[in-house]
Amino acid sequence: MALLELRGVSKRFGGLQALASVSLDLDDGMIASLIGPNGAGKTTLFNTLTGLYRPDEGEILFQERSLVGLKPERITAAGISRTFQNIRLFSHMTVLENVLVGMHARLQTSLPAILLDSSAFRSQEKVARSRAMELIELTGLSERASEWAQQLSYGDQRRLEIARALAAAPQLLLLDEPTAGMNTSEARSLMTLFQKLIGKYVKAILLIEHNMRVVMGISDRVHVLDYGEKIAEGHPDEVRRDVRVIEAYLGQGSWTHYAKS
Amino acid sequence: MSGALAALGLCGYIAASCLLAYFFPQSALAFLAVQASLLLLYYVAAPRNVKVFLGAMLLLVLLPALGWMNGYYLEVAIQIGIYVALALGLNIVVGFVGLLNLGFVAFYAIGAYLWAIFGSPQANQFIPGGFFPLSANWFFLFLLLSIAVGALTGILLGLPVLRLRGDYLAIVTLGFAEVVRALVNNLDKPINLTNGPRGISPITKPPLFFEPLLEFAGLHIPSAKLYPLYFYFLVLFIVGVIILATQRLENSRIGRAWKAIREDETAAAAMGVPVVRMKLLGFAVGTSFASAVGVLFAAKQVFINPESFTFMESIGVLAMVILGGMGSIPGAILGAAGVTILNLQLLKGLSLWLNGLRQSGTELAIPLVGTFSLSQLPAQFEPAKYERMIFGLILIVMMIFRPQGVLPPEQERKK
Repeated sequence: MALLELRGVSKRFGGLQALASVSLDLDDGMIASLIGPNGAGKTTLFNTLTGLYRPDEGEILFQERSLVGLKPERITAAGISRTFQNIRLFSHMTVLENVLVGMHARLQTSLPAILLDSSAFRSQEKVARSRAMELIELTGLSERASEWAQQLSYGDQRRLEIARALAAAPQLLLLDEPTAGMNTSEARSLMTLFQKLIGKYVKAILLIEHNMRVVMGISDRVHVLDYGEKIAEGHPDEVRRDVRVIEAYLGQGSWTHYAKS
Repeated sequence: MSGALAALGLCGYIAASCLLAYFFPQSALAFLAVQASLLLLYYVAAPRNVKVFLGAMLLLVLLPALGWMNGYYLEVAIQIGIYVALALGLNIVVGFVGLLNLGFVAFYAIGAYLWAIFGSPQANQFIPGGFFPLSANWFFLFLLLSIAVGALTGILLGLPVLRLRGDYLAIVTLGFAEVVRALVNNLDKPINLTNGPRGISPITKPPLFFEPLLEFAGLHIPSAKLYPLYFYFLVLFIVGVIILATQRLENSRIGRAWKAIREDETAAAAMGVPVVRMKLLGFAVGTSFASAVGVLFAAKQVFINPESFTFMESIGVLAMVILGGMGSIPGAILGAAGVTILNLQLLKGLSLWLNGLRQSGTELAIPLVGTFSLSQLPAQFEPAKYERMIFGLILIVMMIFRPQGVLPPEQERKK
């Protein structure tokens, strides 16, 4: 049974067909990549999945429940959380606070409990904080827990985005270009982290990535988008040799060059 | 060791400033020195329990004692308290949730009129039976009621407008405040609800529930002396509750959600924060503070009219929050205290001083120009009248040199 199923999802912005009847399956325990040239609709697909956009057509099923029309916070509560391509941290909040915000939907203290500083509230805060610290440690940010997010280096900010997304205790983690701007060794350490997450913290990961070394290195399955259409899908090695994929990236006719070289 | 030294220094400073204020009751500066000791308490690195003890001494014993000698001190302290409460309420809306509200005073007015109408004969105009004014005992019930009414009006205004962001929201809140003021101004016909521009008086004061205790102790305090003290402690209590509530909220999932919305609404939603609900909650909490203090204000003033709730008042409270540092509780307190002291105490004191010089005809010797008699100083030159100008200058200077405010929110200190 698939964890996530997309059936013919389409999204138009005026005359632009951002997503054209995209179908996609994601199984438990899988790391899948979403690749494609710039403007292919990868981030649009994420935004549609997380409820920032509403699809014009099609169905999105997550654990056999439809997500279409749900508000973003409902989708997060249902078990999908994400990171952003253009880092969107809460700059004037500490690293710890950023992660704690990710837990919002899991914390259930009521207003009176907070105002009266009830013991239930206190113990829940304590549990939340220790869980947040665990995630911060997992992403290697322990040293910076009490610093403002805006003071972190670029790579650390990306890591914090991942910690924050994990705080919502998702089943499916969506990562939008997690290794962008990172050097090879940083990217490699993230790849190990992703593999560690599967099974223990999340059931599946879907990532958008331009770094082919990462894509080929960790994906169980690769989906390729071009002009909003899914043009290929399969094992990394199959996709790598797919004519349409190479043409989408390098232009028509480049296949022959590639084959010769 | 250094902590003990600092504690000793603090004690010395507090004693000295209180003595000064005691021996120079006319001096605005002596009282300023007393007020400054609270700021010192905040800054100086003394042991925490010493600080708490000294602060409590100052607020619960020394200030009331000084106010007993000189009622003016209490008046200033009560005003500061009212503005601190307003600033803390607005700080939640503007500083935490990041929604620019230019009409905050409307909710203050709603609270004030709530008690003014029912705590005076005014309500007899539209409810037959002559039940009004309600007895003083109703005051505390209305204080609680005003929290609900304030929160409810906050939500009612919030529901349609919270879809707007930034400038658009600011304009709507500004308009709302003007609507409230216009309503209050004109609802004297066809049914006389608010008595229009003539205002409402006399408004019932809070009940002296502790009177039997005083009598038991054999104390007979004239009510002219008792009420200022009573209001002082009432304001202190309300401000205390508000500070506690704000602090607890700030360090809870609710406070974090508010700040997350301020920082990035989309990301907050993606992290599972119900943006609209949390915004409404922030609005409601802030406005309920304002309307609770409104009840107190009405009871203290005995007379209120729409003049007390103008747009400038909203701007004034906003300026306090900005000066102090948006999103910071100590900042809002300091901003409110600073601006109130400036208006009520320093500029007035300066005016009085200049007037004194003018009347005594003191002469200034200016080199090369000759002597200048201060009696020739034009009568228009009175600092108290330039309140807004001086205030504006301070704001401009602040925005250039310290745009984040005097006490901006800090990162958690490393343990």
